Amino acid sequence: MKRYSAFSLLRNAVRHNADWAPAWRDPEPRPAYDVVIVGGGGHGLATAYYLAREHGIYNVAVLEKGWIGGGNTGRNTTIVRSNYLRTEAALLYEHSLKLWEKLSAELNFNLMFSQRGVYNLGHSLQDLRDLQRRVSANRLNGIDAEWVTPAELKRAIPLLDTSPAARYPILGGSLQRRGGVARHDAVAWGYARAADALGVDILQQCEVTGIRRENGRVTGVDTSRGPIRANKVGVVVAGHASVLAAMAGLRLPIQSHPLQAFVSEPLRPVLNAVVMSNAVHGYISQSDKGELVIGAGIDAYTGYGQRGSFPTIEHAAAAIVALFPGFSRVRLMRLWGGIVDICPDACPIISRTPVNGLYFNCGWGTGGFKATPGSGWVFAHTIAQDQPHELNAPFGLERFTTGALIDEHGAAGVAH
Amino acid sequence: MLLIPCPWCGARAETEFSYGGEAGIARPADPDALSDAQWADYLYYRSNPRGPHRERWNHSLGCRRWFELERNTVTYEILASRAPDHDSGSGRPGGEG
Repeated sequence: MKRYSAFSLLRNAVRHNADWAPAWRDPEPRPAYDVVIVGGGGHGLATAYYLAREHGIYNVAVLEKGWIGGGNTGRNTTIVRSNYLRTEAALLYEHSLKLWEKLSAELNFNLMFSQRGVYNLGHSLQDLRDLQRRVSANRLNGIDAEWVTPAELKRAIPLLDTSPAARYPILGGSLQRRGGVARHDAVAWGYARAADALGVDILQQCEVTGIRRENGRVTGVDTSRGPIRANKVGVVVAGHASVLAAMAGLRLPIQSHPLQAFVSEPLRPVLNAVVMSNAVHGYISQSDKGELVIGAGIDAYTGYGQRGSFPTIEHAAAAIVALFPGFSRVRLMRLWGGIVDICPDACPIISRTPVNGLYFNCGWGTGGFKATPGSGWVFAHTIAQDQPHELNAPFGLERFTTGALIDEHGAAGVAH
Repeated sequence: MLLIPCPWCGARAETEFSYGGEAGIARPADPDALSDAQWADYLYYRSNPRGPHRERWNHSLGCRRWFELERNTVTYEILASRAPDHDSGSGRPGGEG
């Protein structure tokens, strides 16, 4: 891998950018791999990278039916934070946030990770109690969290309507200063480039159509580019998890819903933090290009169409305009949907399965982007060691049978 | 925006309706007889298909009655709408949507 540096930028500029090497190879599938990862999003690519880097398993392929990062990795609102309520979730997301903090340097790829702070707004006494409880829980888990008053919010976010007459009066909020945003495509590209350099084959336009098993053990996959044998198969395909599970005769406690987001025309800098409101169901930040990036909630009904219901967009837009009256005449440029895999407890499943050698990483629902590094890290451990890391042990499939659910709906089930 | 045919009220906008999840999931007659896995399956596991899906909807801002819709989860085409089996209906009979 040719390292990127100020010097390489300069050298290539002088040569009119004519000899940049491709960031990863485009290999033909080999007949067999030690590990096949299904799904070339951020989570899958991170898994392959950590399998090679942390566990010395280099004979790995990542199979992607479209192009890498073309699914939910490229469709989210890029928010990164770790202020989850439950200890199990908080530790997992905090591990991820710690990886984020050094990831650009580690991957030699500018992820444009910007810790500009994430604010959560409270609009009622119950909101305040919930937020204060979460701030306290975060601090007990060693995660930075602060309580902020309406006056402090107004100082930090001048366009926010904090007047008592506001449609959604703001009584206070929480702040995680280490939270922020990252460039979503860059995460996929950075992991792909680093994994490729370690020998991982990234196979795009390679759709898995079947999961081969013998005597309760996985033996490989059928793909649109032919059969591939594998000792272990890790599936991390977000909204299509149930479809892949059915190929192995499994059912999952997952339901797939469209989740939408939209961006405005580019504006001059007006918002230098991420602002989220669970109660009115909108969240917003400004991208480095100047677009306002706004996220909506999931559609109420299940669906695999990567477009959502317009009333959902209208609801989110109305909430944002109520919070930021100054944005009422900003024009929207694009909107899109991704298919998210919703778990009953709004927490992921990172788990072995009843099929030996087959692992699932799914159920991240509306908030998987922030977890990309941590998800790949624990999933690689789970696959390599054939048992979960202590960070993801609580996130096994068996919790739905034992009843040990990790109820994160309060902190995570609504806004991201 | 879905245009959902209520068996009693006809086609209405989706904002009048509430989604009630997968249809045809009966509460076990004798929960005490179930294993933990069977109980988990009833509570949490759903077929979540990519394609035709039988689901329950409530016309919550209309006649407030439950009915069953068959919908393609990829194209969102509505394939059928019918009154629940146990409900004989009082107005128009549940017809194909």
